[in-house]
Amino acid sequence: MSREPIIRFDRVSKRFGDFTVLDNLDFQVQPNEKVTIIGPSGSGKSTVLRVLMTLEPINEGVVYVGGDPLWHEYRRNNELSPARGAHLRRMRERLGMVFQQFNLFPHMTVRRNLTEAPRRVLGLSRAEADERAHELLELVNLGNQADKYPGQLSGGQQQRVGVARALMMRPRIMLFDEPTSALDPELVGEVLKVIRQLADTHDLTMLMVTHEMHFARQISDRVCFFDQGRILEQGPPEEILSSPKEARTREFLHAVLNPDE
Amino acid sequence: MDWQDYLAPLSQGAWVTIELTVYSTLLGALLSFVFGIGRDAHTRLLRWLSIGYIEIFRGTSLLVQLFWLYFALPVIGQAIGVNLQLAPVTAGVLALSLNIGAYGAEVVRGALKSVPRSQHEAAVALNFTPRQRLWRIDLPQAIPEMMPPFGNLAVQNLKDTALVSLISLGDLAFRAEQIRNFTQDSTTIYTMVLLMYFGMALVLTALMKLLEHRVGRWRTEN
Repeated sequence: MSREPIIRFDRVSKRFGDFTVLDNLDFQVQPNEKVTIIGPSGSGKSTVLRVLMTLEPINEGVVYVGGDPLWHEYRRNNELSPARGAHLRRMRERLGMVFQQFNLFPHMTVRRNLTEAPRRVLGLSRAEADERAHELLELVNLGNQADKYPGQLSGGQQQRVGVARALMMRPRIMLFDEPTSALDPELVGEVLKVIRQLADTHDLTMLMVTHEMHFARQISDRVCFFDQGRILEQGPPEEILSSPKEARTREFLHAVLNPDE
Repeated sequence: MDWQDYLAPLSQGAWVTIELTVYSTLLGALLSFVFGIGRDAHTRLLRWLSIGYIEIFRGTSLLVQLFWLYFALPVIGQAIGVNLQLAPVTAGVLALSLNIGAYGAEVVRGALKSVPRSQHEAAVALNFTPRQRLWRIDLPQAIPEMMPPFGNLAVQNLKDTALVSLISLGDLAFRAEQIRNFTQDSTTIYTMVLLMYFGMALVLTALMKLLEHRVGRWRTEN
């Protein structure tokens, strides 16, 4: 692909103490591309999303989002130095995130969960925010739940609110961090359906960490297998999921697809 | 004299006690929030100021704080040529609220810390400013957590008001002492005073429960 990547990790390292989570990582995502990240736990896959959402700082390298450095900003004589709060806030506008545990605000109704940030952060009027919330709740099939509190909803419904809440800010990039891992099996389908619909109808760059291999095959343009803080193997879903080249990938897929062996 | 004859003066004293409790609890709550939030502020000066306040007022006796404000402060004022003689009620309210505020600040801080990290992350992802995170995400979730310990502190504060009788403020304890000196009827008077404090504590506890229910409504609707 020849276009300018919307996400670019340039030799990025991230350590927690002695443990290296991201190891000199190079990684690119094109605009509107749907990329799925798979890999064993501790491989750094969630960290990629958390670094992008500015929840985890990096130790080395540069991350670019939309061509601009995320954790750095240009100073005099074009040198990169660590980003300050205002720069991070500008950059965050480009990204939205859906969390494994939903992370809805329990003290707000569903409607206010959706409208609070657009009103306070983007400065939308109440009417504008309510209208946007109404549209998005319809999109995730929760049009009649706006006045409930998160605690009154099922996990699947809560996660759909989570998706709608992130979309309220109209990000160009959506990050999904194991969006169905905390759900009862019978509720996974309704969330995946919403995400698939989103992928089909919206011009969004999507980056997802998941263990739903069937789903990854359906919506991804590319699957990346992470191991020990690096991309061990990547390519079209059929290739990676059906005939991986690396032994580690084969082992991982075998374990995920045959959990009771 | 009959116990009914004590009612009028004791009620007068009780009214002063109620006023002292209300003023110092409200001012104390304000101090709790200011210094409880300041305790973990990003600004170092604010953090140190809060730590200093909390430790000093938790680490010294309320009685000494009261005497210091009422008897020592005016002397210092004299030395520097300013009139710092406080009215008894001002000194009383100030000492009580500074004392209760130091304990309350730790309650506020603890409750803010109990808001899950994941809420903070969601708020960052939605690009709220640190101030918006505090006011719209953290405090609304922390305040219901604060209510039971705040209830305890308010009752504690009510009982502590008895100390202000020592700077001759006419509260319930002061009136009781006055009548007792006059009549020597210790049993009746102290029993009545006991019951009156207990009654006020019951009302205060009920009020705090009501408030607790009100600020935490979203929790009971689940």
